[in-house]
Amino acid sequence: MQISVKYFASLREVIGEANTVIEIEEGTSVSSLWQTIMERKNIEFDNVMMAVNMEYVKSEHQLKTGDEVAFFPPVTGG
Amino acid sequence: MLIEIRKKPFNAYAEMQYYLDSLDITGKYGATANFVGSMRDFNDDKKVTHMTLEHYPGMTEKHLETIAKESIEKWKLLDVLILHRIGKINIGEDIVLVATWSAHRKDAFESCRAIMEQLKSGAPFWKKEETNSGAKWVEKNTPGY
Repeated sequence: MQISVKYFASLREVIGEANTVIEIEEGTSVSSLWQTIMERKNIEFDNVMMAVNMEYVKSEHQLKTGDEVAFFPPVTGG
Repeated sequence: MLIEIRKKPFNAYAEMQYYLDSLDITGKYGATANFVGSMRDFNDDKKVTHMTLEHYPGMTEKHLETIAKESIEKWKLLDVLILHRIGKINIGEDIVLVATWSAHRKDAFESCRAIMEQLKSGAPFWKKEETNSGAKWVEKNTPGY
């Protein structure tokens, strides 16, 4: 299945792209997807925050078709 | 309740008055609390020339809305206003405004502080500071308590 992935701020710069579409198996967890991305891009990134469909999720959250997943560094607004 | 992400500079105090004038809570509120965050010219002993603020369109608004709604319920607020800048921010410009209105000061004070702290820890915004020695992403917030 295909899911849309977004990266923000310093993580977008490290990865080198803002959006992508990734093919994964149904039921893949968001943390497992993140591991795959880090391996493919050959990067290490601590303290990543994860959101699915614009809401924070736990690392074991299982993904489904059409999800919008976002990875980003700790937030620093205000 | 009003939550807005703004690309252009705003005057927090003028915005607060403008919003209050649009409400029909005269005689109902006895307390107004607000927090205004503005752009400094330094950070960690370095001179900062300007800053760029990025957000996650859609999620940022949604997250702030949830915080505001939960606060209205928890503290019995009459209203909440949250404004936040994005884009290029110059020294002295306002970055964030949180204002709360309630019957008594306890609810206004406590909710304003809590909304601000939740915004800092969870709302998807990121700051990139420009200094004389180059640009740098801000990696963490200073503690609020």
